[in-house]
Amino acid sequence: MNGIHDMGGMHGMGPIVEEKNEPVFHHEWEGRIFAMNRAMGAWRKWNLDASRHSRELIPAAEYLRMSYYERWVTGLVELIVQSGLTTGAEIESGVPTEGSAKAVPPLTVDKAVALVAKGVPASRNVNLTPRLQVGQRVRARNIHPVRHTRLPRYARGKFGTIDRDHGVFVFPDTNAHFLGENAQHVYSVRFASRELWGDQAAPQDSVYVDMWEDYLEPA
Amino acid sequence: MTPNLDQAHQHEHDQQAVPPDPALRVKALESLLVEKGLVDRAALDTLVDAYEHKIGPRNGARVVARAWSDPAYKRRLLSDADAAIAEMGYGGLQGEHMVAVENSAKVHNLVVCTLCSCYPWPVLGLPPVWYKSAPYRSRAVIDPRGVLREFGLELSEDVEVRVWDSTAELRYLVLPERPTGTEGMSEEALAALVTRDAMVGVSKVSVSKAGSGA
Repeated sequence: MNGIHDMGGMHGMGPIVEEKNEPVFHHEWEGRIFAMNRAMGAWRKWNLDASRHSRELIPAAEYLRMSYYERWVTGLVELIVQSGLTTGAEIESGVPTEGSAKAVPPLTVDKAVALVAKGVPASRNVNLTPRLQVGQRVRARNIHPVRHTRLPRYARGKFGTIDRDHGVFVFPDTNAHFLGENAQHVYSVRFASRELWGDQAAPQDSVYVDMWEDYLEPA
Repeated sequence: MTPNLDQAHQHEHDQQAVPPDPALRVKALESLLVEKGLVDRAALDTLVDAYEHKIGPRNGARVVARAWSDPAYKRRLLSDADAAIAEMGYGGLQGEHMVAVENSAKVHNLVVCTLCSCYPWPVLGLPPVWYKSAPYRSRAVIDPRGVLREFGLELSEDVEVRVWDSTAELRYLVLPERPTGTEGMSEEALAALVTRDAMVGVSKVSVSKAGSGA
């Protein structure tokens, strides 16, 4: 979707403010919502792409007002209600529906340690012949999906060169909507900064964008 | 009876659109999820502790210092970052697929995630606020030299800037240039010089800026 989250190339967002000796979490609740997102993910009712999309769906004005972790609160509530893990009434009241069964949490301490150490690879070990080759000239497709995509607006329709083939990965555009993993090659594509931004960019500079095969066509 | 007073009061709140206090909201959410048996509070504590106390930019600094000290390791890091980083005992969540990019006198690399805030957690920890902020995400791709200037780094015109937008599941670590005057330093002493910002690519490593953690 052409949402506010797709910020590359925008102006007017103000100066970059760097905080010296910044803490990992500024408030205790930030750490708790960070951890709850991981722990609730272990129910496997959604995936990483769906979780990103839940935050992209926050209305633009709200998205800009919210801090990073406030977006995670809103996104998580949306996911757990949609997936039926809790009801909207339970979120409102803060207490379980009377008579509802108590579940057993899938993410125990041991599993949390393993999750941090091993992660959740998005690559898939399948042998797919790449349609594009390193060094090949390509064009990012000029598409504007209304749903989740990881093809940034600033690169659409632009010409670049395949810099490397990262291997086969789950495709977010379908995976976020539970329409299948649709695993395919992901390439690092080098775009000359002048191709993206015109003459204001330095002639030797470039932007490398990781792109799934379905985002690209030979040029 | 004035049964509508509460509703009127509620309506006023809605119109003011006061954002609810996130601390209270999160506390209520956690107690609900615990009570429903959906999350284990001890597992939450484990996760918070891991990122507050165990995983951070010191990990990445050790990787960089090793690459500066051991040319064979550096080659492995640049050709297969996952394996080379795992050799140092690091890896896992949001660092499942790593790429290391090398700075030199002629090339400067800068990492961003314009679409959200993807960042290599196992080697750098959780990202700082500026990395997740709209100003950085919007401008790093269109005006990297201006962004670097805001961080106090002026690059000469003949340097090539490469910006890496983390749009997929690859996570990037910048291997900064080893500063002059560090010949003969131990790996441990070198690691103490390496800053988080240098591994994102918004600054260089210098002997004088050591140990700030930033």
